[in-house]
Amino acid sequence: MIPRSFEYYSPRTLDEAIALLQKLGPEAKLLSGGQSLIPMMKLRLLSPEHIVDINRIPDLDYISETDGHLKIGALAREHELESSEVVKNKVPILADTAKVIADPLVRSQATICGNLAHGDPANDHPATMLALGATVVATGPGGKREIGIEDFFPGLFTTALEPEEILTEIKIPIPPPRSGGAYLKLERKVGDFATAGVAVQITLDESGACKRAGLGLTNVGMTPIKARQAESFLNGKQLDDATIQQAAEIAASESQPMDDIRGSADYKRDLVRVLTARALTTALNRAKGGA
Amino acid sequence: MAKIPITVTVNGVEHSTEIEPRLLLVHFLRENLRLTGTHIGCDTSHCGACTVVLDGKPIKSCTAFAVQADGRSILTVEGLEQDGKLHPLQDGFFQEHGLQCGYCTPGMLMTGYAFLKENSDPSDDEIRQAISGNLCRCTGYVNIVKAYQYAAQKMREGGA
Repeated sequence: MIPRSFEYYSPRTLDEAIALLQKLGPEAKLLSGGQSLIPMMKLRLLSPEHIVDINRIPDLDYISETDGHLKIGALAREHELESSEVVKNKVPILADTAKVIADPLVRSQATICGNLAHGDPANDHPATMLALGATVVATGPGGKREIGIEDFFPGLFTTALEPEEILTEIKIPIPPPRSGGAYLKLERKVGDFATAGVAVQITLDESGACKRAGLGLTNVGMTPIKARQAESFLNGKQLDDATIQQAAEIAASESQPMDDIRGSADYKRDLVRVLTARALTTALNRAKGGA
Repeated sequence: MAKIPITVTVNGVEHSTEIEPRLLLVHFLRENLRLTGTHIGCDTSHCGACTVVLDGKPIKSCTAFAVQADGRSILTVEGLEQDGKLHPLQDGFFQEHGLQCGYCTPGMLMTGYAFLKENSDPSDDEIRQAISGNLCRCTGYVNIVKAYQYAAQKMREGGA
């Protein structure tokens, strides 16, 4: 399978890349890891006239902790989340998530920022970032602006990015003590998209009650879903089994799956219930210092 | 569309040429350089038959444009053998019967080459994780895991 012809640009600075996007307009697509873009171009689902390859722009491949935030640059690759010490110690849900994305070969190229910028509700990081309350930094001709992750996915394969903007950084607040998270995904085989996936990130107060809960759902709707009702239900509650089960049922009711080759809508809704309960249980154990 | 000049080092040999930007890396290797050891399997980023090592990292060469390799270094299966001597992984696949039809083998070897550089004493489970992007429809993977272990041991003994 051979993509349609395109013009190729390889800017060496961010400013140069943004100037290219301004000049070329919406027919230009950014190439970072390329692990979603290139397959779509080969299938000719997408035939951009211009490809702006940002891989040669230096200093965008960082994963670092500053000012109480974990910051992930535009060119940080998925496999770097799996081996990062700061991720393992402070935000392990990100390593959980990376490990179930595609396969190791794809993860050596694929970028974390690209996983969001692609706007695919089947991608895994959107749910995790919703659970973590991340912020996306978009850089355009007018400089930088920050977009809350809950406002980043207005529709299917659509993001809040303007055509001349680049998603340059993801900012994640480092979870405080007594926090725990988990990402659970059911896939038919390695490399498949999720039949359904659930991300949970919680923080407990000193009494052990839930102080903050973030829940994100993968591939059970036209966009990644923030399970707001389940989140507010959990707030202030002790997370006993009955509470976890109830929250799981609420999260399932917030999913909007469709029948497809991975299963019926009813099956997927029930899967969200089961995965939410399991993810909450794991997150709770981790918040209490367990594995 | 305008062709673009690139210079790529493949198995230690520098190649300078002009290509269309849409040319996939796997087609560049097989058709332009006639290095047909790298196989095209699924052509949809699933099977890993086309795996090559780009600047030390294993990648699916059907899911990269050749132009992205400009100024970089690629190792393909043809570059594994050194001075007439098989790489320990190649020897391992022979000794442990790690292949039947052989179609996935070049990709399996290249993934293994990069993996054993990072993990010289892997568990069977780590090997299975490492090859989860390389499909084999013959062996059931058992002998591939053994072949990796054979190579890992030889490389540890040889200090390689």
